[in-house]
This record gives sequence, structure tokens and C-alpha cells, in this order.
Amino acid sequence: MDLLTISPSPHDHSSETVSKLMYGVILALLPAFLVSVYFFGIGTIIITLTAIVSCVVFEWLIQRFLMKEKSAISDGSAMVTGILLAFCLPTNLPIWLVILGSFIAISVGKMSFGGLGNNPFNPALVGRVFLFISFPVQLTSWPKPGENHFAYLDASTGATPLSIMKEGMKNGERMSEILPDIPFYLDMFIGRMGGSAGEIAAAALLIGLVYLLLRRIITWHIPLSILLTVTVFTGIMWLINPALNPNPLFHLLSGGLMLGAIFMATDYVTSPMVAKGMWIYGIGIGILTVVIRVFGAYPEGVQFAILIMNAFTPLINKYIKPGRFGKEVANG
Amino acid sequence: MFKTFRPGGIHPSENKLTAGSKIRELPVPSQVSIPLNQHIGASPKILIEKGDMVKVGQLIAQGEGFISANVHSSVSGKVLKVDAVLDISGYKRTAITIRVEGDEWTEEIDRSTDLVREIRLERHEIVKKINESGIVGMGGATFPSHVKLMLPRGKKAEYLIVNGAECEPYLTSDHILMMEKAEQILTGATIMMKALDVEKAIIGIEDNKLDAIAHMTAQAEHYPGIEVQGLKVKYPQGGEKQLIQALINREVPSGGLPIDVGAVVFNVGTLLSTYQAIQKNKPLLERVVTVTGKNLANPGNYMVRIGTPVSALIEVCGGLPENTGKIISGGPMMGKALNSLDVPIIKGTSGITIMPDTESSRKHVQNCIRCSKCITVCPMGLEPYLLMPLGERELFERMEEERAMDCIECGSCSYICPSNRPLLDYIRLGKVAINKIRRERKK
Repeated sequence: MDLLTISPSPHDHSSETVSKLMYGVILALLPAFLVSVYFFGIGTIIITLTAIVSCVVFEWLIQRFLMKEKSAISDGSAMVTGILLAFCLPTNLPIWLVILGSFIAISVGKMSFGGLGNNPFNPALVGRVFLFISFPVQLTSWPKPGENHFAYLDASTGATPLSIMKEGMKNGERMSEILPDIPFYLDMFIGRMGGSAGEIAAAALLIGLVYLLLRRIITWHIPLSILLTVTVFTGIMWLINPALNPNPLFHLLSGGLMLGAIFMATDYVTSPMVAKGMWIYGIGIGILTVVIRVFGAYPEGVQFAILIMNAFTPLINKYIKPGRFGKEVANG
Repeated sequence: MFKTFRPGGIHPSENKLTAGSKIRELPVPSQVSIPLNQHIGASPKILIEKGDMVKVGQLIAQGEGFISANVHSSVSGKVLKVDAVLDISGYKRTAITIRVEGDEWTEEIDRSTDLVREIRLERHEIVKKINESGIVGMGGATFPSHVKLMLPRGKKAEYLIVNGAECEPYLTSDHILMMEKAEQILTGATIMMKALDVEKAIIGIEDNKLDAIAHMTAQAEHYPGIEVQGLKVKYPQGGEKQLIQALINREVPSGGLPIDVGAVVFNVGTLLSTYQAIQKNKPLLERVVTVTGKNLANPGNYMVRIGTPVSALIEVCGGLPENTGKIISGGPMMGKALNSLDVPIIKGTSGITIMPDTESSRKHVQNCIRCSKCITVCPMGLEPYLLMPLGERELFERMEEERAMDCIECGSCSYICPSNRPLLDYIRLGKVAINKIRRERKK
């Protein structure tokens, strides 16, 4: 017999690990990836692989040569960042822009704060918003679904339902004039519409959500509070004036809302820790998303909404505490 | 309807390898070392000297102060020495070592196995007798039982809560006691009810012991006021605050005691010892210990004399397995890792768990990813992810504000953490420091 191990209790540990959680998220993203490949073809594969490889390589380089510590790329979090970044980019985006976005996501968004667990903002969204503000033209040309299986940079492009809606509303058009240009809801649900690589198919993203919930990787609070808030907010506007406002279903199925609510807003590091805080955070994201979509300059607001609420997360965590067991009485 | 506590809780692998294995009497070892400090509280005063002859059941150390406990000899023989011996704390502390000669019991002890149900003693006599018999909480906390029976002025007990949850993985000593000694336990509960002047007792048993729930329910019919309640398996259901909440839906206040919500909690093993003390005049000198482990040849439940070295138990179970990495007094969640096989079994030792080297060392610690799983599983509604860095930075007053003292040290947070962070280690560190700060404040 060798020496005995002495350590304080507990002496048992669950089989859960960071990498298992991360690979769980990757698995949950798979349906959306497959739908995207079906509608956008080779472009999806190119930008997703580029983003994954770039994120992992940049993280490795920074950890190895700048921070001079043991690399933690095997935890899978850089892969998740890469996939999520690619999922909110158009599939005809040049490779160099994908690499640049990955660099900003990992370096500015994650490693400059000390790596996994320390970043205040969702790294993938940091990369995406950087690209969106710096390269607005490239970031708003959307390949048409189902027409570009083998076309990448030369893909034929068109508008997204959200940009059609924004344009129409800006021009003061009525819903009856705008809606004929927008895909049917069922098509939007299965992903037959213009948009970023991974955001198009609500159906596939919802399958991912079910998996995340069953596997207990996330809880339902954040996705539900966001989607519910958007439904209620846009529902009220629609009821007040259905001629000038799209119905809640349109808002739920269009743009990056599903991807954001299920995969971006639920990022562990940047979202609140307890259920009540998650509700505040989710409601905030829902309201900001609608405000930007309806009243703001951009057709889509979910990325900005999540980043803004990320900034509130430390405050929420500081003041929203879990329900303590037992009333406090004088002691000591 | 089976109940459970909330919030929090985890479901570690149960590994109840010895469930249903009958209680076997461990042969009296050739030598025992009986530590003076087997309980929470002051050290008792030694009554014997080196060279004295003692009998089984003879008082060898007397409790001193309000919170203390008597210690009796568990064997007959000659006192070899009174000196410092390594015990489960990992430190050398005073123990009385006795070389066994024969098995001669003091005359007052009734060694027959007849069940005595009629309780002849009055309330104050029961408390006195429990004190004299050296009975302490046998679930592991080892708090002197008679102290729990002396209620603070103005407090009234409403419920006797009996802990048969045995939520700790691997351990089965309480389970087998309920199967084999149900009537003694129920009589013990009736004694405690009399001592506390309560009408109702509830025995909580987890539903991984359906046979015990059925058996105890059937037997409890003959004991007025005692009810058996099944509980959904969840760790740490046997924590007294959790058990009370699960059974009578009352939350013990922060910094308070069970009596603040009208409850007094005893473990089933403690009730058996109570029965023996009151009805059979037999002080606490032996207990059931589960000896278990995945690679142990013959795991089982043994009736063991207090002071028996752990090595004697392991030998009976087929010897220490080849790849042993850790030996735990208790179970894997709350037990203490031992640094020697010579450590004696004490009143609070409910089990010995042998873990293979593949499971015995901790895994690589990673950054906190704020998954909030530690908050979700914490039965006290604390935030371990926050307490740990406060502990690391020695911000103990901040830890106190975050109610670190509420921590029951169940280890659910460290168990669940996907980053393998030693959350409980730092909370414990903080609790020790906070206690010190509180003592300073009082000065």
C-alpha cells in the first residue's frame, strides 16, 4: 500500500466537468448548424470552421506566449465562442473578416479579462458587434436560402425579414404592404429565410434548447423571460395598432432572437446567478431588443440588448441573492 | 406521499453495498484505545490509573462542565496506559488504552435480549441516566444527548424528529438497525418523548430503504404518537435543519437551534443506545459500524466495541485492498480521511469507507465559470462561488455578512462544481476565522 490520501470532505465528485458542459452546448448547436448547411451550403461550413480554428488558435497563442500559463483550450469554451460567432455572421463573409472577428472575440472579449470565467461580456458578441460596426456593408449582405449550396463569396444575396420590415416601417408602409415580401411563418420557423448562419431556424434552435434543459446545462429562466417579454411587448403594440405593427410571432421567428435567447444570453459567465436575477436580466434583454428593433436605427437589436444586460450582471449578482434558509436572528 | 427538503440537494451515487447485510458481532480485540474526546464539548476527567483493572461498562472518565460526556470501558482488562493516541481528528489526543482480559461485565447491566417496553423512570431521571450513560449523537455530530433534553427556559418542544434518513452514500448502519432493532428504537423514541414531554414523534427514512419504511411503519403502530414518514432520496436530507424542514416544514432560523422551531432531533442509533441505557442499564460502549468500499472483499455491518482499532475491522472484512487510496471515517460526503489504521472507533463512527486510489485524489482546479450550480445545490441558500474568493482573500467579515456561518459543510457545492473548485475548504477556513472574530468581539 502506498501513502494514503488525506483531504477534507467531500471525497466524492460528480462527473460534471467544464468541458462536458461545453461539448453539451456544441451538441445542442448541431441541429442549427445542419439546417444552416442545408440552406446556405458551403459558406456555413467555411465560416464556422474558420471561426472555431481561429478562436482556439488565438486562445492558445495568448495563453502560451502572453499569459505564460498552461493552455486551457481543451475545456471547449473557445470552440463554443467560435461557433457562436460564426452563427451570427452572414455565410458569405470573407475569411479574413471571420479571423479578425475571432481575434477580437478571444483577445478583447475573453483573454484580456483573464480568460474563461472572468469576461464581463459574451466574447462571441463582442467579436460580432466589432465586425458589425467596423464593416457594416459586409455584415449586412445576406445570402439567399437554398440558392447557394456551392457559392461562397459570390453567393446571391437578399434582404432578411427584419430588414424588409425595418425598411417598410421607416417608409410608413402598412403591414398589408410589407407582409407579402416576407416569408411565411412556417418557412421562417424551419429556417427558409435570409439571415446569419446559425440564427435562421427557430425549430432547430428550440431542439437545442430542449437538449440544454434536459441535460441541465441551463435553466429555463433566461430563454423564457426573454421570449415572453418580447411576446408581451410586441403583442401590446400589435393589439394597439395591427396595421402598423407586426405580430409577436414575426418578432419571435425573425433575426437572432432565438439564437440570442437560447445560446448567447445564457452564457454562464456573463449572466446572473440566481433565478430572480435571471428574470430581471431576461426581461431587460427582451425590452431592449424590441426597443431597438422598433424604435432604433438597426433592424436587429438582440446582440446589443444582451451586451447591455451583460454589463448589468455584476450589479444584479450583487443585490439579488438566493433565498437563504431560515430567517436571520440575533446571534453571535 | 414522500417528502423532501428544499432548496438545494444533490444525488451522489448511493453505493449502499452493505444494504441488508445483517449485523455481525466483531470479536473483542486484544486491545482497545478509548479516547476521552469522543463528543463535542469539554474533556471528561479520568477516573482510573495505569495498571487498574476495569470491567465492561465501568465508568472510566466523567464528563465535566455543561457540555461533556461520560466515557465507559468497552472491554474488561488492564489499563495499559493513559496517553496521547492518534484519533480521527488527525491529532494525538488523550486516550485510555486497555489490554483485554476476558469479557467481564459490571453486574448492573442487563445483557438479556428481552424487549423491555414499560418505561419506569420519570422525566428528570431519564435525562440523568442518559447523561450518566455517556450518550452522544451517533449520527456523527456526537453532541451530548442529555444537553439536548435540557430545554432552554421558555422553549417548548413539540416534535421529536428521528433521523433515519441515512443520506450519506455507502453507509447502512442506520438502515440495518431499523430492520433489526425497530422495537428498541421505537421504545427509545418513546423514552425521549417522555423526557421532552412531547406527544408527537416523526421518523424520517429515505425511499432507498423501502423495507425499513415498511418495517418501521408496521412496528410503529404499537407505539402511540410515533409516525414514520418516507423521504425522497436527496443528500443532505439527514442534516438536522433539512430533515426538520422536510418533515414539519419549519425552517430553523439562521444561528438558531431546532428547538427554536419546537423540534429536537435524534438519530436512530442514538435512540437504540438510549433504550439500552434506560431499559437495560447499559452505557454507550458499542455501536454499529458499516465497513465498506468497492474493492473490499467482505463489506458488512458490524457491532463494534468503542476503542477498537480500524485495522481490526478491515481485517475481518478481508484486509485492505491492494489499490486503496483513502480510508474515510464515515461516508464520502462528510467523512474524515484517516491517516492511520490504528485510529480507534468512537461513539460517532458510523462507517469506515475504503476508496480506491482512482477515486481518492482531487481533480485539476479550473476557473469558476459561474454556472451557478453551487448555488442551486446549496441547501442553505448560500453562494459558495462568492464565499470561496472571499475566503481566499481573507475577507472574513464579508463572508460573515454573506452568512458563511449558516454553512452546514455538507459539501454539495464542492461535489457539483464542474471546475473542481475546493469551495467548502475555503468556507470552512472562513468559519474558523469568523468564530475567532466573534470571540474577539465579545471580549
